[in-house]
Amino acid sequence: MQLTDKELEIVEILEKDSRTSNEDLAAMTSLTVSETEEVLKKLEDQKIIVRYTSIVDWSKISGHEGVTAMIDVKVTPKRGVGFDEIAKRIYRFKEVKSVYLMSGAYDLSVIIEGQSMNEVARFVSQKLSTLDSVISTTTHFILKKYKHDGTIFEPDEEDKRIVVSP
Amino acid sequence: MKTKKGYLSRTVNELKPSGIRRFFDLASGMEGVVSLGVGEPDFVTPWTVREAAILSLEEGYTSYTANAGLLELREEIATYLTKNFNVTYNPKSEIIVTVGASQAIDIALRSILDPDDEVLVVEPCFVSYSPLVSLAGGTPIPVQAEADGFKISPDKLRAAITPKTKAIMICSPNNPTGTMLNRKELEEIAAIAKESDLLVISDEIYAELVYDESYTSMAAIEGMKDRTILISGFSKGFAMTGWRLGFVCAPEELSQAMLKVHQYAMMCAPTMAQYAGLEALKNGNDEVDEMRKSYRRRRNYMVSSFNELGLECHSPGGAFYVFPSIKSTGLTSDQFAEQLLIEEKVAVVPGNVFGESGEGYVRCSYAASIEQLQEAIKRIRRFLKNHQK
Repeated sequence: MQLTDKELEIVEILEKDSRTSNEDLAAMTSLTVSETEEVLKKLEDQKIIVRYTSIVDWSKISGHEGVTAMIDVKVTPKRGVGFDEIAKRIYRFKEVKSVYLMSGAYDLSVIIEGQSMNEVARFVSQKLSTLDSVISTTTHFILKKYKHDGTIFEPDEEDKRIVVSP
Repeated sequence: MKTKKGYLSRTVNELKPSGIRRFFDLASGMEGVVSLGVGEPDFVTPWTVREAAILSLEEGYTSYTANAGLLELREEIATYLTKNFNVTYNPKSEIIVTVGASQAIDIALRSILDPDDEVLVVEPCFVSYSPLVSLAGGTPIPVQAEADGFKISPDKLRAAITPKTKAIMICSPNNPTGTMLNRKELEEIAAIAKESDLLVISDEIYAELVYDESYTSMAAIEGMKDRTILISGFSKGFAMTGWRLGFVCAPEELSQAMLKVHQYAMMCAPTMAQYAGLEALKNGNDEVDEMRKSYRRRRNYMVSSFNELGLECHSPGGAFYVFPSIKSTGLTSDQFAEQLLIEEKVAVVPGNVFGESGEGYVRCSYAASIEQLQEAIKRIRRFLKNHQK
């Protein structure tokens, strides 16, 4: 679908900060507030903007640190539906945060979040690897998140400029 | 100690310190200042550029380069100018890499001025133009831009020309007004330069940062390459102010004259910065596009906010400044800036430091995060409320 420059502008601003108010969006794109609202409705209706979420650094919240694992999954595709059916069986589990079909040595990249390593291990051994089409799994636990979805978790935000300059 | 004769040169003694200095001193000691007073990008230099400079150090590129700069860099600059601005310079004889655009302006003026030659300086403008003319032995003749959008009136320019006039200095997009001159306006200035046989020193340091129309270089106007000294650099577009890396382009005779001044006074631009500049031109363009987009949004936000506050503000075509009028407050630029800083801790620069026609305006840089801009606007709103007559 083709977007106008201003619609694209709004998508880009919200992708960086989904809490930008409609008034500020309007000012930044030289639209009126009601025009901005119309654009937003269109983007939401078309599922171009799928959802407004926050990036949370759970490692800072005691008792909620959790673990994330990236699992390389090899599967047997099925006649007629290819990888879609097995992908759907996997992404319906609530523990599964992302599922991507990959090129290369394995087929599906699955990202799982759980409370503990045990929980993830249980999910992989009991749910994931027992699925009919799944041939093998390789689980990688994430040790530390430095940058996630374009956001650096501990940015150096100090402004090093002098306060007034020509 | 003082010698009997006095040890300062008359020219230097007579130079006034920049009006910005006072605000810097005032603001520096304060906590919690939201600064719209900064004349440089809020972005840090793109990582790819910083990384290239680190690599150049690791590999030991720490010696002088050719006086005019690394040939590879000059070639890249030539390609960049042709591709983006449709102007062609010979990298071997018509381009000099300088220590920032400021040094480029200095060697340009020193190469063309004899004592008492006059240079028309269109104001409001960057604070260094007139002092650099004086230091080069010339006489700066300020010509005031029109208050309506800060464009240049051809009639006023013509009226200021005398037999001693040697050059016209322009800056587009402009610091402090953000005004960009379009092709037609450049052609009007070009016509004047041709009819009176003048050079044009064209400071195009903000050429990357334009938001509405595409950019036209003075050197791209028909017949103007021969009489234009094009000045630009990496500071603003590529967020590289601290690297001090600029360049100057001019026809061979002028370039070779400038090269003499440059080789005796400076030798060459810093080598590490030159390698960084090379990387910026080769791989920095995507980040420049991102920065440009971000500035455009903030410009729109600032123009709309100031007009809503009742401080009339034209929408500038480039750079990262807005130049709202504060005449409705009844305060002078100086009073407005000083009281705003003391009462609300928002730093802006009074327009009069950029020339007489800047009186009644303040320069607000939007090279700050949108959150800071929002906070600044909130404070200015409160300030205006407290100062309602």
